Amino acid sequence: MTPSVRLQEMIRVIRSARTQGEERGIIQKECAEIRAQFRQTDNGERSHSLAKLLYVHMLGYPAHFGQMECVRLIASPRYSEKRIGYLGAMMLLDEKQDASLLITNSIKNDLSHSSQYVQSLALCTLACMGSSEMCRDLAPEIERLLRASTSYIKKKATLCAVHIIRKVPELAELFTPSARSLLSEKNHGVLHGAVVLITELCERNAETLDKFRKAVPELVTIMKGLVTSSYSPEHNVAGISDPFLQVRILRLLRILGHNNDSASDAMNDLLAQVATNTDSSKTAGSAVLYETVLTIMDINSESGLRVLAVNILGRFLLNNDRNIRYISMTSLQKIVQTDHNAVQRHRGTIVDCLKDQDTSVKRRALELSLALVSPVNIRSMMKELLIFLSSCPVELRSQTASGIFNAAERYSPSKRWHIDTILHVLTTAGGDVRDETVPNLIQLITTASELHCYTVHKLYRALVKDISQQSLVQVACWCIGEYGDLLLKGECEEIEPVQVTEDDVLDALETVLQSHMSAPATRGFALTATMKLSTRITDNVDRIRSIVSIYGSCIDLELQQRAVEYNALFKKYDHMRAAVLERMPLMEKNSPGHTNGDSSGEIKEPEPAKTKPVEPILLSEPANQVCDLLDLLGGTDTPVQPSSAPTSTATTTSSADLLDLLGGLEPTPVPAVTVYEKNGVSLKIQCDSQTDTDITVTLIASNSTQNDISNFTLQAAVPKSVQLQMKAPSGNVIAAHGLGQVTQTVLLNNPNKVSLKMRVRVSYSDQGTMLQDTVQIDSFPSPSWNSQPSIGVL
Amino acid sequence: MMRFLLLFSRQGKLRLQKWFTVLSDRDKRKIIRDLTQMVLSRPPKACNFLPWRDLKIVYRRYASLYFCCGLEQDDNELLTLDILHRYVELLDQYFGNVCELDIIFNFEKAYFILDEFVIGGEVQETSKASVAKSIEEAESLQEVRQ
Repeated sequence: MTPSVRLQEMIRVIRSARTQGEERGIIQKECAEIRAQFRQTDNGERSHSLAKLLYVHMLGYPAHFGQMECVRLIASPRYSEKRIGYLGAMMLLDEKQDASLLITNSIKNDLSHSSQYVQSLALCTLACMGSSEMCRDLAPEIERLLRASTSYIKKKATLCAVHIIRKVPELAELFTPSARSLLSEKNHGVLHGAVVLITELCERNAETLDKFRKAVPELVTIMKGLVTSSYSPEHNVAGISDPFLQVRILRLLRILGHNNDSASDAMNDLLAQVATNTDSSKTAGSAVLYETVLTIMDINSESGLRVLAVNILGRFLLNNDRNIRYISMTSLQKIVQTDHNAVQRHRGTIVDCLKDQDTSVKRRALELSLALVSPVNIRSMMKELLIFLSSCPVELRSQTASGIFNAAERYSPSKRWHIDTILHVLTTAGGDVRDETVPNLIQLITTASELHCYTVHKLYRALVKDISQQSLVQVACWCIGEYGDLLLKGECEEIEPVQVTEDDVLDALETVLQSHMSAPATRGFALTATMKLSTRITDNVDRIRSIVSIYGSCIDLELQQRAVEYNALFKKYDHMRAAVLERMPLMEKNSPGHTNGDSSGEIKEPEPAKTKPVEPILLSEPANQVCDLLDLLGGTDTPVQPSSAPTSTATTTSSADLLDLLGGLEPTPVPAVTVYEKNGVSLKIQCDSQTDTDITVTLIASNSTQNDISNFTLQAAVPKSVQLQMKAPSGNVIAAHGLGQVTQTVLLNNPNKVSLKMRVRVSYSDQGTMLQDTVQIDSFPSPSWNSQPSIGVL
Repeated sequence: MMRFLLLFSRQGKLRLQKWFTVLSDRDKRKIIRDLTQMVLSRPPKACNFLPWRDLKIVYRRYASLYFCCGLEQDDNELLTLDILHRYVELLDQYFGNVCELDIIFNFEKAYFILDEFVIGGEVQETSKASVAKSIEEAESLQEVRQ
C-alpha cells in the first residue's frame, strides 16, 4: 500500500490531473487510503486524513464516510484534532444527518473547557449547524456563557443565542434579560452581538419590542459616541468609526421607532446628526448613510428629516459609483408612492440613469421613471421613454412597452398624442407588446373619430415601409379596411397629402397576405380588410373578387373559411354586402373581467365570419333578412348577448339550439339558507346539485363580529345509511365585519333515500378563546326525500 | 444575516463554501452552479448587487477569485461589501500577500479565519486587530505535526 501523502501534496497531485477521469482515479485512491486510515487506531494522522477528505468534499465528491470520524475527532483532547473535527462537522454534518446528535455531548463538554479557544470552536459549530434539539439541550449553557465570561466568549455566545432563537423561537424568553444588560458592554464585538440579539428578539415578539423601546436612549448615546468620537485606529474603516456597529444600531432603531411617536422623537436629532456628518466618500460612509435613510423613512420622522433623506438619495444618484446609484434607486422605488413630490425633484437625474451602461441600473431607472410619470410631465417623460425603448436591452423591452402604454392611457393629453405614441411603440418594438394591445388600439382609434383620416394615412405609410411588426400590421390592415375611403380621398389637414390610388392600397394588402413574414392572424386581418374595401372603392372590385376566390383554396383553414364566406357574400348575398360591410359602430372598452377569447374574438374578427353580423344589423333594421346569418351565432359574445337575446327568440330556425347555448351561459342563482346564527358567526347551506341519491351542498360560514376568527373547523355527522364526504375547506380564518367567508363542500350519498338530516359541529377561536357549538340541519334547501324519519347517531 | 459565502475562481472552480442555513447537498450544488454562472457572466464594470430568488447577491472580484454572498432582504448591501473586504484583509494579513493558491493549499486555514470573523451569518468582531490576534493565538495552540 502506498503511504498516504500529506494534504498539500495530495492537493498538488489532484490539480495536476489533466482529465476529469484522471482526477477521479486519484481521488478514489486517496479516499481508499483515508478510509483505511480511519479504521486504524489513533496515530496522529487522523486530522490530516480528515482534512484531505474535506478537500475532496469541496471538489464535489461524496464524503459521508467521514462523518463518524468528525465525531471521534471532536472528542479528542488534542486541539488540532478538535479543530479539524469541528470544521468537518460544519461541512459534513448538517441537522439532517443522524450523526449530528452525537456531537451534542462533546459540544456541551467543550463549552465548559478551560481553554477559551476550545469553547469558541464549540460555540461556532453550534451557531453554524445546531439543530433544534441540540439548541434546546444547550441553551442554558449558552445563557450562562452570555453572562459570565470573557468578552471573547461573550460575543460568540450572543451570536450563538441568535441562532438558537432562530431555530427554537420559544427560547427567546431565556435570553431577553441578559440581552438588555449586554448593551452596557464596552467591547465592540460584544456590543455588536448584543444589538443583533436584541434585533432578533424584537422582530419575533411584539411585547419584547415594547420592552426594548426603553433602550432607545441608551442606543442613541452609543451611536452618538461612535459618530462624534475621535479617530480610533482599532475600529476605523475609511474614516468611519465602526461602520458595522453603526449600521446594526441604526437597523435596531428603525424597528424600535416604527409606528411609535415617542421612540421616533427620541432619535430624530441623532438621525439628523448622522445624516449630515457622515462622510460618504467611501463605501463605509455610504453604507451608514444608506441605513440612516432607510431608518428615517421607516419611522415617524418629521418632514424636514424626510426631505433630508430623499436629498441624500438624490445625491447618491449622482455618485460615480454604480453600486451607490443602484442602491439609491432601489430605495427611491420604495418611497416613491409615499413621498412622491420629494422624489419628483430628482426626476431629471433618474431619467438620465436610463442611459447608464449597466442593465440593473437601467431596470431600476425604468421602474422609477414609470412610477414618476404624472399629468404634468407626461410629454417630456414619454419622449425620454420612447428614446429609451429604441435602444434598451432586449429583456427590458416588453416591460418598457407596457409601461408606456399604461402611462399613455392614464395621462395622455390628447387622443392624437395617444395614437401617435402607440404607433411609435409599435414601430419600434412591435414584437414585444402584449396581445391586448391590438384590440385596445383599435378600440381607441374608433373612439377618436375626428382622427380617422390622420390615423389611416399614418398607418398606411407605416405599413408600406415595413410589414414585419405583426401588431402594427394588424392594426394597419384593420384601419385600412375600415377607413379605406378616407385614405383614398387623399386630403387630411394634419398630414401632408399623398395621392393613394386604389391599386396602391390593394397592393399593400396583398403584400401582407402573401408575405412569409405575416402570421396567420395577420393574414386574416388583411383578407378581411380587402373584403371591406369592396364597398369603399369603386374601380377594383373585380380585383378583390379574384383575391377572395383565390384564397378559397388556401391551405390555412381560417383563411379558407373566410374566403369562402366572402365569396358567398359576393355571389348569393350580394344584396346584403353593403350593409354587412358597413362602418363599425363604437365598441365598448373591454373591462378587465372579459376573457381575451371573447373580446379578441369580437375584434380580431370584425367581419361576420361567424359572429358579428348581428351587431351592425341589429342597429340598422331588417330582422327577417338576418335569420340565416343568425345560425352562425356562436353564443360567445358577451357584450352582444343582451341585444341578441330578443332577436334570437324571434327567429324560428335554430332558436332552440341558440337558447341552449345562451341558457348554458347564465348560472341559475342558488339560494343559501341560514342554518346557524350565533355570536356573530353564521352558517349557511346551499344546494349545489342533487340527483336521486346524491346531494352536494356547500356550507358557507361568515363572521360579522369585530374580530377575525381563526381555527374555524366544521365536523358533520349524518344518519347511518348515508355516506358523507367533506372536501377541504377554503380556509380556517374568517375575516371580521362580514368581509370574508369560509366555504366547504359536502357530498352526501343517500342510497336508501332515508330522511336526510345532518348534525354539524362548529368550532373556532375568537380572540384566543375556543368556542364550540352544534347545529342540527333537518331540512335541506331542495325537498327530495320523504320517508320515515330515522336518525342514526354516528 | 448572510445565508452563504462562496469563493470561486474565474473558471468556476469552488475554493470555499460556507453555508449558514440548512440545505440538502443537491440544493447547495444547484445554488453554486446557478450563482457561478450568473456572476461569471456579468460584465466587468457592472453593479455588484443582483437580486436572485428572494435574496440579494453581493459579489466582488479580487484578482482571480470571486467572493460572493447571499443576503436577506433586510441586510445592507454596501456594508456587506465592507465585510467581504475585511475578510480579504484578514486573509492578506495572515498569509502575507494572499493569492488564490494560498487559499487552495490552505483551505482549512481560510475557514478558521472566517470562523473568527463571522458566526452564524453575522459579524462577530469589528476590530481587525482583535480578529488577527485571536487567529494567531489559536494557531499557537495547534500541536506540531509529526
